[in-house]
Amino acid sequence: MRNIPLSAMIGLFFTGIYFIMAIFAPWIAPYGMAEVVGDVWEPSSSEFLLGTDSIGRDLLSRMIYGGQTTIFIATAATILSFTLGSVMGFFAAVSGGWVDQVLSRFVDLIMSIPSLIFALVVLSVMPTTVPILIILMGLLDSTRVYRLARAVAVDITVMDYVEAARLRGEKIGWIIFRETLPNALSPLVAEMGLRFIFAVLFVSTLSFLGLGVQPPQADWGGIVKENKEGINYGIQAALYPAYAIATLCISINLVADWILNRTTSLKGGRG
Amino acid sequence: MHPILKLIAQRLALGLLLLLAASVLIFAGTSILPGDVAQSILGQSATPEALANLRRELGLNDPAVTRYFAWLGGVLQGDLGTALTNGRDIAESLGGRLKNTLFLAFWAAAISVPLAIFLGLLAVRYKDRWPDKLISAVTLTTISIPEFMIGYVLIYWVAIKWRMFPSVSIINESMTLGAKLNAIAIPVMVLTLVVLAHMMRMTRAAILNVMQSAYIETAELKGLGMLKIIRKHAFPNAIAPIVNVVMLNLAYLVVGVVVVEVVFAYPGMGQYLVDHVSKRDVPVVQACGLIFAAVYIGLNLVADIVSILANPRLRHPK
Amino acid sequence: MTEPLLKVRGLKIGATAYPPGEKPVAIKIVHGVDFDLEAGKVLGLIGESGAGKSTIGLAAMAYGRGGVEITGGEVWVNGRDILKENLRSLRRLRGAEVTYVSQSAAASFNPAKKIMEQVTEAAIFQGKFTKAEAEARAVELFSKLGLPDPENIGNRYPHQVSGGQLQRCMTALALCPEPDLVVFDEPTTALDVTTQIDVLAAIKEAIAATGVAALYITHDLAVVAQVSDHIMVLQQGDMVEYGTVDQIINAPKEDYTKALVSVRSIKHEEKTPTDNPVLRVENVTARYKGTNFDVLKNINVDIHPGQTLAVVGESGSGKSTLARVITGLLPPREGQITFDGRVLSPDLPTRPIEDLREMQMIYQMADTAMNPRQTVGTIIGRPLEFYFGLKGKAKQKRIQELLDEIELGDGFQDRYPAELSGGQKQRVCIARALAAKPKLIICDEVTSALDPLVADGILKLLLNLQKIEGVAYLFITHDLATVRAIADSIAVMYQGEVVRYGPKSQVLSPPFDDYTDLLLSSVPEMKIGWLEETIEHRRMESAGN
Repeated sequence: MRNIPLSAMIGLFFTGIYFIMAIFAPWIAPYGMAEVVGDVWEPSSSEFLLGTDSIGRDLLSRMIYGGQTTIFIATAATILSFTLGSVMGFFAAVSGGWVDQVLSRFVDLIMSIPSLIFALVVLSVMPTTVPILIILMGLLDSTRVYRLARAVAVDITVMDYVEAARLRGEKIGWIIFRETLPNALSPLVAEMGLRFIFAVLFVSTLSFLGLGVQPPQADWGGIVKENKEGINYGIQAALYPAYAIATLCISINLVADWILNRTTSLKGGRG
Repeated sequence: MHPILKLIAQRLALGLLLLLAASVLIFAGTSILPGDVAQSILGQSATPEALANLRRELGLNDPAVTRYFAWLGGVLQGDLGTALTNGRDIAESLGGRLKNTLFLAFWAAAISVPLAIFLGLLAVRYKDRWPDKLISAVTLTTISIPEFMIGYVLIYWVAIKWRMFPSVSIINESMTLGAKLNAIAIPVMVLTLVVLAHMMRMTRAAILNVMQSAYIETAELKGLGMLKIIRKHAFPNAIAPIVNVVMLNLAYLVVGVVVVEVVFAYPGMGQYLVDHVSKRDVPVVQACGLIFAAVYIGLNLVADIVSILANPRLRHPK
Repeated sequence: MTEPLLKVRGLKIGATAYPPGEKPVAIKIVHGVDFDLEAGKVLGLIGESGAGKSTIGLAAMAYGRGGVEITGGEVWVNGRDILKENLRSLRRLRGAEVTYVSQSAAASFNPAKKIMEQVTEAAIFQGKFTKAEAEARAVELFSKLGLPDPENIGNRYPHQVSGGQLQRCMTALALCPEPDLVVFDEPTTALDVTTQIDVLAAIKEAIAATGVAALYITHDLAVVAQVSDHIMVLQQGDMVEYGTVDQIINAPKEDYTKALVSVRSIKHEEKTPTDNPVLRVENVTARYKGTNFDVLKNINVDIHPGQTLAVVGESGSGKSTLARVITGLLPPREGQITFDGRVLSPDLPTRPIEDLREMQMIYQMADTAMNPRQTVGTIIGRPLEFYFGLKGKAKQKRIQELLDEIELGDGFQDRYPAELSGGQKQRVCIARALAAKPKLIICDEVTSALDPLVADGILKLLLNLQKIEGVAYLFITHDLATVRAIADSIAVMYQGEVVRYGPKSQVLSPPFDDYTDLLLSSVPEMKIGWLEETIEHRRMESAGN
């Protein structure tokens, strides 16, 4: 932990704070999630640090609970997309041949339609519940992870040390877990940060459009939707989630950048 | 046949095939998924009779394959079906909205593309100095905020605080071009910001990649000046990657339009789509989805073809 | 005495390195070098990789590649110190007074422009010639450099001519503006040996005809001996020795120069073939999936226990493919391979473990042959564990024995490949192969990525291990000096066929077939005048036919 650059430190710090707030939301939030405690759009005061929202709920509590929902959905979707995408990507790269062809062409097809449009099409017939949102986002985003994992694995499997292992008579398990995976992990971990950011933006967008998390449950996109009318009266309530999302995403970006730099320089060795 | 024509013909055929496959996917996404369309339209409290009626009306009793081909046949003749919610012809309702969306996207592209390329060049020119760093910091920020939030931040400042442009972008046929442009000023700004960051980053990377080639060093060692090197040696090789970047981001813009239209209540296709997704109006969603997919695939196709045309190895075979 | 064309005094060059996760550090590449070059003369700069030769060459144009910076000293060209000049006047120097020929012409030509435009660009831009004059001069140079169809070759794009031709075009590019000095940076290193000789002769003739001075940079002493008047030997940024070609080749003073001159002086007694070859390749024909021509055509060779078969050929001759067929990575279309008396299964997955163990492989690039995330101990230990079930102390002991055998000694077990030098990496790969106690090791160009002295050490080690362990080698290489040094028998490959095969003494003695003759006579010898003799000899022969 000696050589962490300042930017990565800042990133780690804010990422940590957001995750802690998400995990301990019920203990941190001053009021209940859907509790009406004051007037409509009260300005910030010692009672309500960020003021109240369009129907008089404490905005700070909404933000904390909203962060919990958004971060939970994004995390779950990222885990799903990562597991599925990298397993399939590795499988395709190591198998090669028609397995690779079929999987890769299918992924090309899914990616030929923009994710948001695809999600809208599917959500027009599916109920918008949290599990469905997670699965939908996870599946759609796994295509991107698949492409990266496959590309990285293909790069590694053509290395002479993998050929040497095959000539030695090693089983496929050793080749994947001992020769390929340790070298593929770093770019994948960095990508994981980017996928998480994408998931945060995506779920917020869906909620904003009214097709994501349904009220009264709070989430950052939803808070914008609920308070957008306030903008016209110069009330900033709808902008707080923007600041939250921006700081979270930038922090994660900084961490991902650092991981990527650190690992590529390890991989290159001398020179 | 010249090999390049053959390659382009191949790409065109592949694009059509992809579009066909995308139509299958869109149709499948609304038809074969476990949710029952009739049920989700009418809700849990619907009577069995009403459900049966709606199913018949939607042709849900036919096998999916039959329904797909009926739908596709209609689409090919320009018949996109009728909306469930108001019974109007979808193609008719879409016409004007598509025009509005393209109007918005056109102005966003007209501003963002030259700006992005200029800033990208600037970042390369001052690589690792403060202009480059500033540009990448701003880029990082705009990438980290969703489109709709940039929208509201701009509305808050530009429309409400400074009162420069309207916060709602309603346009109609009778407005003059100036009035229309005034109405869409903020959405164009939002879209520009959204794609600018990506486009500039990628332009910068593409140009840097070319500038690090050995033939640029050769040109430097001929004593050529920087501008001449960029014009004569870097530019011809950077066209293809830059066009690729632009097309990719225009495709991205198409998606951004959907959200931005909702924010500004702009009467375009995106708003129409989102509106009908919440109303569970499946035929409208299918039609819009297909059009968005077609634009997206088309832009990617253009990028592919430009890359082929710009490749000297393909243009001048051995 | 008149002022020399190029006068370098106390030249110091540095760069900034960016070690991962640490602060950037300044490193020194050249620590104070002095030399003169008279007009019309050729100075050879020689040294191993990292000696700073290219950096010094580019300093003659006051140019630093990448993060390289000239930190001190003087570089006088035509009587003025160019390190003191601003970029504007440097631009009038570059491409006019001093020009540059790079190692890779393929990368140095702009793929989007015709050759003629690029060859004449500097001459026109610098105001030396009009467009018509420059083009006439280019055509003249094309024909002087022996390019086919000199009138029209300029209308082609770089990818439309061969590598050897493009390297000559690069020379024309450098000579076109009538410079006073040309910097040749390893201009023939990337070429096959039979192409190299022609390009070398063309460059030499062009230098003589135009009377230009040259800095000729290479790592190959035999090459530089053909074209230079003087030689400067460099080692890690310092000048080791400077002298005339004759003095450096025939009477080197410094130990380092002596070592460079006497490289590949390994004495190896040829062993006689036995009755029971360890590996027999019979009538093997192979092609890659999705292609429609055979890369190997009816190959027949034997390898005898404890002996070395050298397979020699140029790029594309099929020599590496032969290794892939023998190891089972590419099953042959026809023919069979017998190993230690038993017929080998054609493809890898169906071979029994014993067959795999007894045949090991060493690669050209030791960098990519070792998993960067495994320690040396793990790399060498895995075959011990995998084939012999060695664990714990016994494994540690055996790893150390192997490390001793490859002359690395203590303290290497816990290191990662990135912490080793090129030669050390290759030694670890040898140890990994030895760990399996193989009967045959396939060595695919194992020394060609290494500097000559390091390569020499590896070859000596391999020969020594052969004596101790009795292992046979299939030694694939394009380098005839290596072949002479270590082979017992030789197979010469050309376009997928073995054109000549037999014991070393027989293969290397006349009468030769045409290709072997061409190949053997193209290898530069460390002898002044060798190039002229060979070219003259070839002319007489072709005239005689």
